Amino acid sequence: MLSKRIIPCLDVKNGQVVKGVKFKGHEVVGDILELAKAYSEAGADELVFYEISASVEKRLLDLNWVESIAKNIDIPFCVAGGIKSVEDAASVLKQGADKISINSPAIAKPSLIKELHDEFGKQCVVVGIDSFYDETSNEYLVYQLTGDPNATSKTRYKTLDWVKKVQDLGAGEIVLNCMNQDGVRKGYDIEQLKKVRNICTLPIIASGGAGSMSDFKNVFEQTNIDGALAASVFHKDIIKIPELKQYLAHNKIATRLC
Amino acid sequence: MLAIIDTGCANINSVRFAFERLGVIPEIITDVDKLKHAERVILPGVGHASVAMERLISAGWVDAINEFQRPLMGICLGMQLLCSHSSEGNIKTLNKIKGDVAELDVGQLTSPHMGWNNLNILKQHALTKGITNEQQVYFVHSFAHQVNDCTLAQAQYGQNFSAVITQDNFAGMQFHPERSAKVGSQLLKNFLDWRI
Repeated sequence: MLSKRIIPCLDVKNGQVVKGVKFKGHEVVGDILELAKAYSEAGADELVFYEISASVEKRLLDLNWVESIAKNIDIPFCVAGGIKSVEDAASVLKQGADKISINSPAIAKPSLIKELHDEFGKQCVVVGIDSFYDETSNEYLVYQLTGDPNATSKTRYKTLDWVKKVQDLGAGEIVLNCMNQDGVRKGYDIEQLKKVRNICTLPIIASGGAGSMSDFKNVFEQTNIDGALAASVFHKDIIKIPELKQYLAHNKIATRLC
Repeated sequence: MLAIIDTGCANINSVRFAFERLGVIPEIITDVDKLKHAERVILPGVGHASVAMERLISAGWVDAINEFQRPLMGICLGMQLLCSHSSEGNIKTLNKIKGDVAELDVGQLTSPHMGWNNLNILKQHALTKGITNEQQVYFVHSFAHQVNDCTLAQAQYGQNFSAVITQDNFAGMQFHPERSAKVGSQLLKNFLDWRI
């Protein structure tokens, strides 16, 4: 049976892993390679690396660390940060990344999704969506350039419209970052994930809000999403991956035990 | 020498690094003439079947692969190219392992089939040595070889499909052993130990 994926997320800045709260105030967590190895050995199903300053600084992420990750870990990993063209994506995949994820560049140029799909196949094209719940309008809205609070801005898209468009353009997977929940550890945004699941046939990865093992159980039981991404609970050692996997298996959620 | 065929469309480095972690340094070959010096060969692949097949034909790999008599294993799309026919682009493929590749019928499930799933061993074989049915490997695909007597292990997603296949000196794995943690490295080691 296909396992629900547990995915630690490593935000990379200046060659180190950092973590903020609601996308602000980043602190250094540790070395990229050491953390990547520790998580893969602990039983993570996949890793995601976001070089958070790349898009804001209008450059492609640093390729050196990508190759070093590819050499040293034996689980799949996805890389994001300033990938704006087929050539950028080719150079990241050539270093050994399994998937590439695009976010702000896809908003600037949606046809990039189709170009990447046509060149590399949909299996390696992930679209990250930063979605913010706006209380006044009661709507989910897409934001961009969230790697830097000074550059962050609202886009022209409502989240559900953008999800449909991304799917039509040939994306292979969606990571939905629920910004209101990010780093605050109060649980995944079940309501929003359900709404997106209902209109999307692609694999969906939930992101933002994990605080306890029951948050993972709840999101898998209540939303039928494919994977759950988290950062601070793993970085701060609040949740240990082997214990989380045992707990999920005990609660009859399809899990890879190793 | 372990050779990895560079068809220009594959994610070659992750396969290379996986063998390097096992202590074997593969040679990545772009020159067809080098194939005959290889003791064993990996045909990797990601992307669209008809594009990849076209590249194999135009670079002259087809005859060289036909003549090759030592172990050769395709991974993911590389495996699909070793089969008889693919409905992705409706093309004839290398026909080294009998059976057709068709789009997975996933029903209500999400597509592509992406993530960790169980292997179900159907036949004992050197390639599946030490692997049990509880173990999982990493899949990313939406087309698959339909189970037949070449199938050593199957997997299930909407339907049963072939996960490990072999015929003569040719073999294929639909998932990514290079990204399947300890189970994957055992499978790659099995390929290195495979005697025809």
